[in-house]
Amino acid sequence: MLKTFPKGGIHPAENKFSAGKAIEQLALPKTVSIPISQHIGAPAAPVVNKGDKVVVGQIIAKSSGFVSANIHSSVSGTVSKIDDVMDTSGYRKPCIVIDVEGDEWDSAIDRTAGLNKNITLSQEEIVKKIGDSGIVGLGGATFPSQVKLSIPKGKTADVLILNGVECEPYLTSDHQIMMERGHELMVGTQILMKALNVSKALIGIENNKQDAIDYLKKISADYPGIEVHVLKVQYPQGGEKQLIKALINREVPSGGLPIDVGTVVHNVGTTIAVYEAVQKNKPLFERVVTVTGKSVSKPANFLVRIGTPVNELIEAAGGLPEDTGKVVNGGPMMGKALNSIEVPVTKGTSGILIFNKKDAARNEMQNCIRCAKCVSVCPMGLEPYLLMQLSEKSMWEGVEAEKALDCIECGSCSYKCPSARPLLDYIRLGKSTVSQIIRARNQK
Amino acid sequence: MSTNKFFIAPSPHDYSKDSVKSIMYGVIIALLPALAMSFYYFGLGALITTLVAVVSCMFFEFIIQKYLIKGKITIFDGSAIITGILLAFNVPSNLPWWMVVIGSLVAIGVAKMSFGGLGNNPFNPALVGRVFLLLSYPVQMTSWPKPSNFDFTLGGYTDAVTGATPLGALKTELGKGERTVQDILDKGVDMGGGDIYQFPDYMNQMMGDLGGSLGEVSAIAIIIGGLYMLYRKIITWHVPVAMLGTIFIFAGLLHIAHPDMYADPIFHLMTGGIMLGAVFMATDMVTSPMTPLGMIIFGVGIGLLTVIIRVFGAYPEGVSFAILIMNAFVPLINKGCKPKRFGEKKAAA
Repeated sequence: MLKTFPKGGIHPAENKFSAGKAIEQLALPKTVSIPISQHIGAPAAPVVNKGDKVVVGQIIAKSSGFVSANIHSSVSGTVSKIDDVMDTSGYRKPCIVIDVEGDEWDSAIDRTAGLNKNITLSQEEIVKKIGDSGIVGLGGATFPSQVKLSIPKGKTADVLILNGVECEPYLTSDHQIMMERGHELMVGTQILMKALNVSKALIGIENNKQDAIDYLKKISADYPGIEVHVLKVQYPQGGEKQLIKALINREVPSGGLPIDVGTVVHNVGTTIAVYEAVQKNKPLFERVVTVTGKSVSKPANFLVRIGTPVNELIEAAGGLPEDTGKVVNGGPMMGKALNSIEVPVTKGTSGILIFNKKDAARNEMQNCIRCAKCVSVCPMGLEPYLLMQLSEKSMWEGVEAEKALDCIECGSCSYKCPSARPLLDYIRLGKSTVSQIIRARNQK
Repeated sequence: MSTNKFFIAPSPHDYSKDSVKSIMYGVIIALLPALAMSFYYFGLGALITTLVAVVSCMFFEFIIQKYLIKGKITIFDGSAIITGILLAFNVPSNLPWWMVVIGSLVAIGVAKMSFGGLGNNPFNPALVGRVFLLLSYPVQMTSWPKPSNFDFTLGGYTDAVTGATPLGALKTELGKGERTVQDILDKGVDMGGGDIYQFPDYMNQMMGDLGGSLGEVSAIAIIIGGLYMLYRKIITWHVPVAMLGTIFIFAGLLHIAHPDMYADPIFHLMTGGIMLGAVFMATDMVTSPMTPLGMIIFGVGIGLLTVIIRVFGAYPEGVSFAILIMNAFVPLINKGCKPKRFGEKKAAA
């Protein structure tokens, strides 16, 4: 029996069209628009002005709080404006727009190809370096990584968990990273282990990526303390809480964090960014993005500079198909639909997914037939049908009492509902309203 | 490029293939083996009664949706068809057709549409229709045609010759207080005029060669339908297993305590509407609880009530009443049986 999380979950069609496609460096765009808010937390504060010359890897916006992240230029060129530009959220947000001139990198960045296994920085220096390099969770949540590594007083971690699950259908960027950059992943893992002062790290991979499992198992023999664990394919296993439960059978308490059960979870892509930051002095200014979809002629995994317009990725993957109905930033389960493809790629863009018109539209909503499928698939043990009813009727106390805030928004309930009811939409409404109510209550 | 018009919607963007229709037509497929066996034993009457029930259920739903509610017509979503088939399954195959129509009106009009249609009815519509008919036309509802193999003439439908059900015959004879259960089951019951009713053996009970409502007789056909629904994940095991297990244990205990007074548990499980109730009626999504624990409580409750009504009550059969009574408890059960929340803090010791 393969390990997985015990409660709920679904198995949508995987549709990993871009699996096994080698990572290609995408051609540099003419201009990039780099949002100053690409992470959870406070937006960064710009430190360049219009007309400034910048180089690749130069800091252009500084972290403005404990939960915030530095932003670095992904190109060399001239800052043409700092202005509101539509980003992946569909809103116009402040961006630093840079006209690309050549490709001149910051001289401090080590651009040699060799693997550097020798970790010289101390624990504190590693955390600071990761913070300085603007590293955030690359799985899509974009939580600043150094915050996760700054363990609060009174808590300790005994094991590091690496998320190589990539449970979202369609996406293959993490899979490809694991296949092509295994050794860097291993050194990155050792760096994180040192930062957390733990001697054990588990890499969780689902059994639909057997090649990655075999490869990482083979090379992990040279890296003491790192174990590769095979998991049964089940969405949303890439959710932190589900992954921890599946791998070490600990349950993060309601409202708590992984550190409450002695662990910290990082994505494999993030771990490689950590390696590059600590060993090669390279801040986070590019990432691997899967471009895929049923009608996409050349599904691919691209290495993309942050701020590159999404339409350039789509062009490189064979162009926008005729029958495009929806373009999603991220995976099909948790990604956000874009209303324009001229928005920039950000640190959280794990994939660009193109749906045809037929798949893009939702089915017509029908009465709830109380089939209880939403209850059985909810990995958090909630009752989505009930939360929707309570939200519809604005019964916010009930929404709070029924633990809406525990919802991880994985979308399994909406996916499974035979009546095509917008369960998650209403739960989100309930969550945000309840959060406001709680904030107001705490201010009194 | 900015002229692109994309669909914008919150996640998720992918959906399973399940739909109300696929579930409902799955149930209909699961009902077909039992219908086929009924046709085999009761002839054309079984088909005519089922057809009348289905057509009238769809007709009444159409009329109500079109002229009373003035809403969307959803008669082809399969739910009215299921109600029709299940209503027919719960009446004798020779019931006058106009009674079937009245039962359909009560099932669809009163039990389903007056509460807001599909998904909103607290009670199983087919059972409400059946109980209404049982109370209104007790004679016709308890006059069962004799099973006769492959009689494709209309005789099975119109023939006034009626047989007994095992449960009814046993109850009546036990009520006289003269004979033991074993004696009755072995030697049969004198139905008057020297007509001895012989009880079916286990094999015949399994196949369905016994008197009873149209669709309840063949245990094997119902079980096949149930397995199909389990395979399609339309139902879960909780309600049927809890219900059948409770009946087996409860009836078994009674039988061990007083073998002369109480029939053995296998006899209970194989006769009457228990199989039909456990597989098709109690598992109705709309009127059963939402969590596994709730479903088990619901099934246990139905099992207990069924045996109590059968053994201690006035009616020989109690499945319909038991299910309807437990339907009424579903909101309470849902309130009391929450799934285990992930990361729930354990109560302070």
